[in-house]
Amino acid sequence: MQGFSRSEFTDTTRINAGRRMLHGFHIDLPLLLSLLVLVIIGILVLYSASEQNNKLVEQQLIRLAIAFIVMFVVAQLSPDTLRHWSPWLFIIAFIMLIAVLIFGEEGKGAQRWLNLGFFTFQPSELMKLALPMLLAWYLSEAHLPPKLKHVAVVLLVILVPTILVAKQPDLGTALLLASSGIFVLFLAGLRWFYIILSFILLIPTSLVLWFYGMHDYQQKRVLTFLNPESDPLGSGYHIIQSSIAIGSGGLYGKGWLNGTQSHLNFLPERKTDFIFSAFSEEFGLIGAIILLSIYGIIIARGLIIAAQAQDTFSRLLAGTITITFFIYVFINIGMVSGLLPVVGIPLPMVSYGGTSMVTLSAGFGILMSIQTHRKLIAS
Amino acid sequence: MARHPSLTIKDHFRETHLFQHRLLVMAIIIIILLGVLITRLFFLQIIDHDHYTTLSEKNRLDILPIAPIRGLIYDRNGILLAQNIPSFSLQIIPERTRDTNKTILELKKLIAISDNEIIRFNKLRKKKRRFEGITLRYRLNPTEQAKIAVNLDRLPGVKIEAELAREYPKGKLASHAIGYMGRINERELTRLDIARYSATKHIGKVGVERSYEDILHGEVGFERVETNSQGRILTRTPEVEPKPGKDLYMTIDIEVQKTAEQAFIESGNNGAVVAIDPNNGEVLVFVSMPTFDPNLFVNGIDRKSYKLLSTSPDRPLFNRALRGQYPPGSTIKPFIALAGLEYNLVTGHEDINCPGYYMLKTDDRKYRDWKKQGHGKTDMSKAIVQSCDVYFYDLALQLKIDRMHEYLARFGLGKKTGIDIRGEAPGLLPSKAWKRKAYNLPWFPGETLITGIGQGFTLTTPLQLSYITATLSNDGKMYKPRIIHAIGEPGVEEITIQEPRYVGIVEKKNPAHWKYITKAMADVVHSVYGTARKINRDLPYKTAGKTGTAQVFGLKEDEEYDETKIAKKLRDHALFIGYAPADEPKIAIAVIVENGGSGGAVAAPIARKVMDAYLLKDDK
Repeated sequence: MQGFSRSEFTDTTRINAGRRMLHGFHIDLPLLLSLLVLVIIGILVLYSASEQNNKLVEQQLIRLAIAFIVMFVVAQLSPDTLRHWSPWLFIIAFIMLIAVLIFGEEGKGAQRWLNLGFFTFQPSELMKLALPMLLAWYLSEAHLPPKLKHVAVVLLVILVPTILVAKQPDLGTALLLASSGIFVLFLAGLRWFYIILSFILLIPTSLVLWFYGMHDYQQKRVLTFLNPESDPLGSGYHIIQSSIAIGSGGLYGKGWLNGTQSHLNFLPERKTDFIFSAFSEEFGLIGAIILLSIYGIIIARGLIIAAQAQDTFSRLLAGTITITFFIYVFINIGMVSGLLPVVGIPLPMVSYGGTSMVTLSAGFGILMSIQTHRKLIAS
Repeated sequence: MARHPSLTIKDHFRETHLFQHRLLVMAIIIIILLGVLITRLFFLQIIDHDHYTTLSEKNRLDILPIAPIRGLIYDRNGILLAQNIPSFSLQIIPERTRDTNKTILELKKLIAISDNEIIRFNKLRKKKRRFEGITLRYRLNPTEQAKIAVNLDRLPGVKIEAELAREYPKGKLASHAIGYMGRINERELTRLDIARYSATKHIGKVGVERSYEDILHGEVGFERVETNSQGRILTRTPEVEPKPGKDLYMTIDIEVQKTAEQAFIESGNNGAVVAIDPNNGEVLVFVSMPTFDPNLFVNGIDRKSYKLLSTSPDRPLFNRALRGQYPPGSTIKPFIALAGLEYNLVTGHEDINCPGYYMLKTDDRKYRDWKKQGHGKTDMSKAIVQSCDVYFYDLALQLKIDRMHEYLARFGLGKKTGIDIRGEAPGLLPSKAWKRKAYNLPWFPGETLITGIGQGFTLTTPLQLSYITATLSNDGKMYKPRIIHAIGEPGVEEITIQEPRYVGIVEKKNPAHWKYITKAMADVVHSVYGTARKINRDLPYKTAGKTGTAQVFGLKEDEEYDETKIAKKLRDHALFIGYAPADEPKIAIAVIVENGGSGGAVAAPIARKVMDAYLLKDDK
């Protein structure tokens, strides 16, 4: 009896000690664990989608390692520090965005990369964090809900970098940038009146955008999204092949390494943007639901962190980071399953590729920082 | 911040509440959207699963045809006449090149590529998908292969493709009999069994290649292939093995054929020779001169070479043996004579007087004999041996046109012999009814006369002449001429010899009549007066024959035929029919030398060479 209770006591103490230690390192355990599970699934899918290419998987593991280090480093910075850095970070990101338009390296018909000598870098990724940080910083000083003046300033601050990114042209990132800014506004308590008004204004705006703001290939993407069968071997090909991959997966999937659509090269971009299709083909609906659940857990944890955050900057930033992360997931899966047009957004933490993973991890680092730097206030 | 003077104290409770409310709204939206995603996936993966599974299967599995290997062609002694050899062609896959046009320019520096080939390539390029290889050059020689091979590294998208191509090792020899293959054209596509030819690019165009296409081709096979989205084949699983085509053994003796063609080449004349084994109808020699090189056609003949062949006044592509229709001239005389005997109009022993011309009672026109001074007293035998025209004018008048027509038709003149090569011409055997039908004119007696010496409307092909000679030599037994001796299966030692096709026998009233004629024909060669006596020197076997001269150019009645004054192409055709050995015929032959002049001087020596080559072969 005594021994039992002692052992129980010891266990609890050990767990508490562990938690305290993690807390000391500013690490949020639920977030870390769910991210690890996600990343492991991602590696498995990549291994299969890359035709068991060890070198590719190795590169992805190195990126993941870098991403997690970035996450831990960012987590060490207190939300106060982040808030103080916010304007400066935005200015740096903004200058880089302009630089990329002037000196940027071209790849696949788009100028996105900035060659810094030792590595190439996408300033738009930095902007993804810098913009919500700046807006959260700006609005945290204001009385909420934001007044019309604040809304106008915020919209202007959103618009300029969004246009710069869209000019590269990188429609996907531009959309994500704009939406992350809008989410800050929404979470800050933007009046429903404005929200409804902007939805009404969206229609003429999108028409103007369509005729004057879009490149041919962007228009084509939207058109083929509306009717993929119209060009089954051209632009509609991605959507059709992806639907076939997902659909043929069925409930249980074809099994790991057995996806024919992806292994026989039918599935385009199967290591990057379309990795979810490769995953669904091999793991079926059950696998897809499990994957979505993991994303759900991460998002839920992010929302909880936002809800528990103690100051306006932290909660706006945590909320926006979490929702943007969800938007990533939603747009990517929506696009590969034919719900949304193909805009070239990777599946977060799973798709092969570097820059966005680092940005996302930095975002999780911020979430961890917000969660672990809370001062205990008696309620 | 200075922008926000602390006039009012921030309402933290209200802000927190507002934020959490908004967060809740977002959470609900997120849950709904996740629900939408799962619903979408449910539709794709459960409701439409079967549909997408089908599409996925269709995506990766394809049935591809495999071309069968075409049968080989041999001569009667097993000498190879048509075979399949690996041919190397230069292909470009536009998708894999950096710049297809630049690649072609680069290749042009290495090997010869004509503008036509580039034009054809660009035409095909529009039709094909970017990942499909398009042939730029066929039949690369080893030097060209090597030149490309060492440069392949810097020429992405270029590859050398090996495939089996038809090759005719004997070149021009017997090309009209063997025929040639070429790429399937659109017209052929409409009549072909598309499935059977789904993997085949070439088809027999003329000759045996065309006529025996069905047997040579074989049966198409199929394989199941797994392809990637670019249509590139990843794995192959044979389902049905292709069945190779059967080998053909032609009745032709290629050595004898060579002798015949050589004789023409030496004399520089055009013409035809057809020799038949009278005992079974097998065509031993099938010559049409000039010939052409069938190898030119296999992978598409270039425009210049084709123009040269098709516009040449010698018409090398024209199959004279099969389709050339010539007046038989005096070679018809033994048959007219036989008709006269069989109809009991003459006995063969009556004499007529030949003054060198013949006149009808009804008009003043002089029908001339080739011998201006006349043959004098002439009986049937002399008339055949010396080819007296006047005798046959008289006989023809007794026979009348319809009896001549009837009797010659028994031998098969005026219709196709039914040889197993397509495109045979029927010739023409005139009759009153025919003239009424063709010209809506009555038959004139003068036409009867000239029909009796093989002029006028009568037209025969060299094949027909050979055929009727074979029949005459073989006591009237008719065997359909055949060009295929046997059919063999690949990998099987035995060959199936084709049975002779007995057509029937020409009715004989009296065998003595036939003996009379064949004796006279032997005298044509062996008597000192015979028109073909030139060939009897050192002749180790007995030969029967008949010379002939066919007018190309009609002379007026008082005009002299002077060979030296008449343009070569208007000169008479020289003919000879014959068979040997005369008492036990093994070969019956018909020779036509276009514009050759005299049958005895020009055509008969060719026949002798052919008969020597065939009959004396074993003695050598």
